[in-house]
Amino acid sequence: MKSFDYVITDEVGIHARPAGLLVKEAKKYASKITIKKGEKGAEATKLMALMGLGVKKDDTVTVEVAGDDEDQAVEAIQAFFQQNF
Amino acid sequence: MMNFSGKSVYKGIAMGKVLLLDKGGEQVKRTHIDDIEAEKKRLEEAIENGKSQLQQLYEKAVKEVGEASAAIFEVHQMMMEDEDYLDAIHNMIESEQINAEFAVAQTGDNFSDMFAAMDDEYMRARSADIKDISNRIVDNLLGKAGMSGDSMEPSIIVADDLSPSETVQMDKEKILAFVTVHGSTNSHTAILARMMNIPALIGVPMNLEEIHSGMVAIVDGVNGEVIFEPDQETCLTAMNKIKDQEEQRLLLESLKGQETITKGGRKIHLYANIGSVSDVGYVLENDAEGIGLFRSEFLYLGRDDFPTEEEQFNAYKTVAQTMGNKKVIIRTLDIGADKQVDYFNLPKEENPAMGYRAIRICLTQTDIFKTQLRALFRAAVYGNISIMYPMIISVNEVRKIKAVVAEVEKELKELGIDYKIPEQGIMIETPAAVLMGDDLAKEVDFFSIGTNDLTQYTLAIDRQNNTLDAFFDSHHPAILKMIQMVVESAHKAGIWAGICGELGADPELTEKFVEMGVDELSVSPSMVLKLRKMIRDMSTTTPDFGR
Repeated sequence: MKSFDYVITDEVGIHARPAGLLVKEAKKYASKITIKKGEKGAEATKLMALMGLGVKKDDTVTVEVAGDDEDQAVEAIQAFFQQNF
Repeated sequence: MMNFSGKSVYKGIAMGKVLLLDKGGEQVKRTHIDDIEAEKKRLEEAIENGKSQLQQLYEKAVKEVGEASAAIFEVHQMMMEDEDYLDAIHNMIESEQINAEFAVAQTGDNFSDMFAAMDDEYMRARSADIKDISNRIVDNLLGKAGMSGDSMEPSIIVADDLSPSETVQMDKEKILAFVTVHGSTNSHTAILARMMNIPALIGVPMNLEEIHSGMVAIVDGVNGEVIFEPDQETCLTAMNKIKDQEEQRLLLESLKGQETITKGGRKIHLYANIGSVSDVGYVLENDAEGIGLFRSEFLYLGRDDFPTEEEQFNAYKTVAQTMGNKKVIIRTLDIGADKQVDYFNLPKEENPAMGYRAIRICLTQTDIFKTQLRALFRAAVYGNISIMYPMIISVNEVRKIKAVVAEVEKELKELGIDYKIPEQGIMIETPAAVLMGDDLAKEVDFFSIGTNDLTQYTLAIDRQNNTLDAFFDSHHPAILKMIQMVVESAHKAGIWAGICGELGADPELTEKFVEMGVDELSVSPSMVLKLRKMIRDMSTTTPDFGR
């Protein structure tokens, strides 16, 4: 399993549209990708669960990637976070 | 037959089928089903249809309002594909053997409650999106036609209330009338109805549960009445009235191309108010002599970020070119108060109408103001543009504006960009501006009286609050006295004065305004020809103020 921490800089946090794009991105990989904020976690392929985390600006999230293609996946998801959140 | 009275915002008559816009209030019946697989298949189809409807809506919206505003439909599509949401619906159908409609409605409620309970305002607002997609799926399951399809026939729209964005989303060609339970005569929906010549009744105490889509109804804006399931006799009477209305319309048509001048020879400049580039069509159709108020904030509403200088320049240029040598008075940004935009990040205020809005934003965040001025000065090269500044209370503000104008001019000159500094005036919409009229008139090229705000500030009545409609008197003598003062201040300094608020379109006051010496009236496009007829029938001889 790979993981990284990320501090959200986007003004409205993980909001609807980029969350939807994240779902699309996450679905490209076989690995299970989980976004964690404190106690709560959501799979990156589930839009409403992701939005339900209520991730806001300045929140720190932990992204965990586990699976056969975890090396490529973690790289792509990290780049995605930097671009969108 | 069911009759209800309401407040009329446009005095026209329409007859047709009802389209009930129900915002999820409807109870979906729970029924037991035997064939689980068949039920899942129905669900599957309803969702597929929902997604393709949303795709069509998305494409339509991209063309009409741009990519940023259209994105919401893309998000709705993604929500319909959400695994947790779909799993929950499937589980309910399987474990409880219930109909798909009920499973979708119940799941939609559960998910939207979850969002509604979040402490983040943005996420709370998403609960409406979930209700929206769930309603769409339920409607598809029930075989109900939504507002989205091109197949919709012209209808009388009946709803609890309509938000400006909902009103904007509708295909204007297919709306015969609006009837709502709530709403105020000064709301944006009301303003829009007036602009589109559509009969509209608001504050109608009807029980939406007794009303169904497809019912026949008559909306009589003259008597402020709506009749559902009228009998034959009532239908005949209404058809005659519609015929009369059509004849009257043709008579008004004959006034096109005529001058707006009293029998006594006083000429009035009769202009129209618009809120978007596409409204220019209504202006030309109704033969207005110019645009007296172009509400530029509509360029800023319904999107995620500021419009760029190029976007604004193109919008202003299009309007200026379409209007040829006719005057186009563009009001600079009037955001704040009842018009809120997320990306401005305006702080919450106790009293927004008296808060951080309009010119106050422009003079504080001058970069926003300068972008708009640059676009305006560049567009002014292509037509007869004038600029007008809202919410002025002092001479000092006008001087500050001039300083910003000078900076922008200097920058444009240095960059060698083609520009023109057009005629500049101010809105008179605060009692302070009325009282300072003599001094302000020396600083600007014209005055345009915004009667909506002037009335709300003078009478201390919130125009968004419909419980105050009973106290609201748009003909209050204080307002008329103020208008008189403004006209006198203007003429003393050799500039012209007009009215661009709703009061300008009040036929009961038109003659009074003309006698007071008002030089220009800017009204909803649909009122232009009516006012022209009234003015041509007047005998007023007050000398025409040289302009």
